[in-house]
Amino acid sequence: MRDVAVVGFAQRQMRVFDGSPNCVELLVPILGELWEQTGWTKQDIGFWCSGSSDYLAGRSFSFVTAIDALGAVPPISESHVEMDGAWALYEAWLKIQTGEADTAVVYGFGKSSASTLRRTLALQLDPYTLTPLWPDTVSLAGLQARLGLEQGAWDEKAMAEVVARSRTSATSNEYAVRKGETSIDDVLARPLFADPLRTWDCAPVTDGAAAIVIAATDHLPASSERPAVITGIAHSVDSPSLGLRDLVRSPSAAAAAAAAGGAHGVDVAELHAPFSHQELILRSELGLDEDVSINPSGGALASNPMFSAGLIRIGEAARRIWSGEADKALAHATSGVALQQNLVCVMEAQA
Amino acid sequence: MTPPPQAVLHQPLTLEFDYTRSLGPVLSQYLAGLAAKQVIGGVLSDGRVAVPPPEYDPLTHAAVTEMKPVSDEGVVVTWSWVAQPLPDQPLERPFAFALVLLDGADVPLLHAVDAGTPEAIHTGMRVRARWAAERVGSVRDLACFEPVGRPQVEHPGVEHPGVEHPDLEHPGVEHPGVEPVETPLITVTPVRLAYDYAASPEESVFGRALKEGRILAQTCPVCQKVYVPPRGACPVDGVPTSEPFELPDTGIVTTFCVVNVPFLGQRITPPYVSAYVLLDGADIAFLHLILGVEASQVRMGMRVRAVWKPEAERTFSMENISHFEPTGEPDADYESYRRHL
Repeated sequence: MRDVAVVGFAQRQMRVFDGSPNCVELLVPILGELWEQTGWTKQDIGFWCSGSSDYLAGRSFSFVTAIDALGAVPPISESHVEMDGAWALYEAWLKIQTGEADTAVVYGFGKSSASTLRRTLALQLDPYTLTPLWPDTVSLAGLQARLGLEQGAWDEKAMAEVVARSRTSATSNEYAVRKGETSIDDVLARPLFADPLRTWDCAPVTDGAAAIVIAATDHLPASSERPAVITGIAHSVDSPSLGLRDLVRSPSAAAAAAAAGGAHGVDVAELHAPFSHQELILRSELGLDEDVSINPSGGALASNPMFSAGLIRIGEAARRIWSGEADKALAHATSGVALQQNLVCVMEAQA
Repeated sequence: MTPPPQAVLHQPLTLEFDYTRSLGPVLSQYLAGLAAKQVIGGVLSDGRVAVPPPEYDPLTHAAVTEMKPVSDEGVVVTWSWVAQPLPDQPLERPFAFALVLLDGADVPLLHAVDAGTPEAIHTGMRVRARWAAERVGSVRDLACFEPVGRPQVEHPGVEHPGVEHPDLEHPGVEHPGVEPVETPLITVTPVRLAYDYAASPEESVFGRALKEGRILAQTCPVCQKVYVPPRGACPVDGVPTSEPFELPDTGIVTTFCVVNVPFLGQRITPPYVSAYVLLDGADIAFLHLILGVEASQVRMGMRVRAVWKPEAERTFSMENISHFEPTGEPDADYESYRRHL
């Protein structure tokens, strides 16, 4: 295996991005920040990979028009996933493993506010038996939350603790769209939005984009003093049939964590949990110790830009290694409904 | 449509399309069953009965072949309340999405429960299917579930269940067996998506100028190429383009085609000419219509000018230019535009 490190990260997150759905206006300054961080130009990049969805943009080939932001002349080696940018990073990591590239830029973007997000996401479900009912993501998460509540896997207070901690941590995150010093009682005093869920239990609809630079450790930029070396990255998926899954668990999250080397010794974990109870599932499935700092950024309950929120978890975790706050960090990304598909990326400071 | 000048242009956009899907043997049987008011499960390798039947066994990944009818009554396993139903969901009034474990099945089914209020539903509650009056081989043939033992409420257009139950009163005791469906079914899922579509800042400036009968272009500060219509970034260099400036509405035909074939939605009677028009001073040609000349007379290098629609008819679109027509000036030299082909 080639050692690959995360060496650059930039993001934009907002409630409503008043601009085009291919987010070129966001991607241009984000890429500019990456060049500043690394001292590189586009000529130093061997592979480009993005995550986005035409269903979110409401236009076909939106990922192709987004390439305007890269400056793809002379021609670049480029790919795309209709998934969160974290999976684009996985593809880029594989590309570097093959030796076909030494460096890569990975980005994700999405304008969630352009349509009714929780309804549009019904298009990610089984098209024969589920999509025709237009089950929205909030309702489906509600089914999962109630199962856990009634089976005693978690309680309302544990969910409120997640919300209060996320909102409070997010106060120091300039990109968080939902934040503020919050107590458990504050959370429990809020009305139900989709019984059993409160609005704060659900990630806010968020627009945004993010990009990350990864590089083989024998091709690091000169600026990289404490690169976050990926020691394990893996993803796994559960059945598309809701009824066949034990929704109180996430076997695919556990499988991804095991394949990525496990969470032992992790100082910080950035978890992509768009609903409060899902963080409780993940903490258990990933085997995170009590003393691990969870979501210092505020996590997805503070802001959840579709197609970049998972990638942002990797960037936020890597950032803690660069700064010396952490020696080992775990990032998690999710895709699909109710934690159906999960990716885990474990990073360590280069010794 | 007329926000202040600095804001970007917005327009409602509705995308509508039908997904028409042919089904394999398992789902053909399932949906044919629903059309006949019969819920059919698939028998898994561990003996469990799953509804809907998966096409492949979750443990062995072998094709699921054995089907078994189950009841259209069951219990709520979990639920969440939908206070504000979204378009196309099973009910227009508040309802619950629920996982329902049907009698005779071991795997719960997702559907809507018409409970009225969140106080009127609980886990473990018995519910029964309400069938759609018109059934076409879709999961929507099962309109929703409703509480058992509740007095029947009139629902226009929805057939009352309980009147004509198939022989499934005691599922799990005796199964009448399921006859294989001979012909694979086709199921249609209409998709309607509504967007608030926003233009980029550059497109917005361009669109507003078009309404005034002006064409704005932008330059890449690196390669100096002049773009029209404008873009958010130079696709060659990946840098934002410069402030917009006005171009003349005259130019040349670089390349063109004569449209002879009629097609759905065609607005002009063939033959007519679709051409790439390169405005004077621009580096990128755009596609437009050439009229005011016999199709057979259009040439590469021909000089043309924009014919604008009357101001009252203009929007923020390229359609403000009705078409281009020849100016009568001498043709451009091939060498002057060959790099734009």
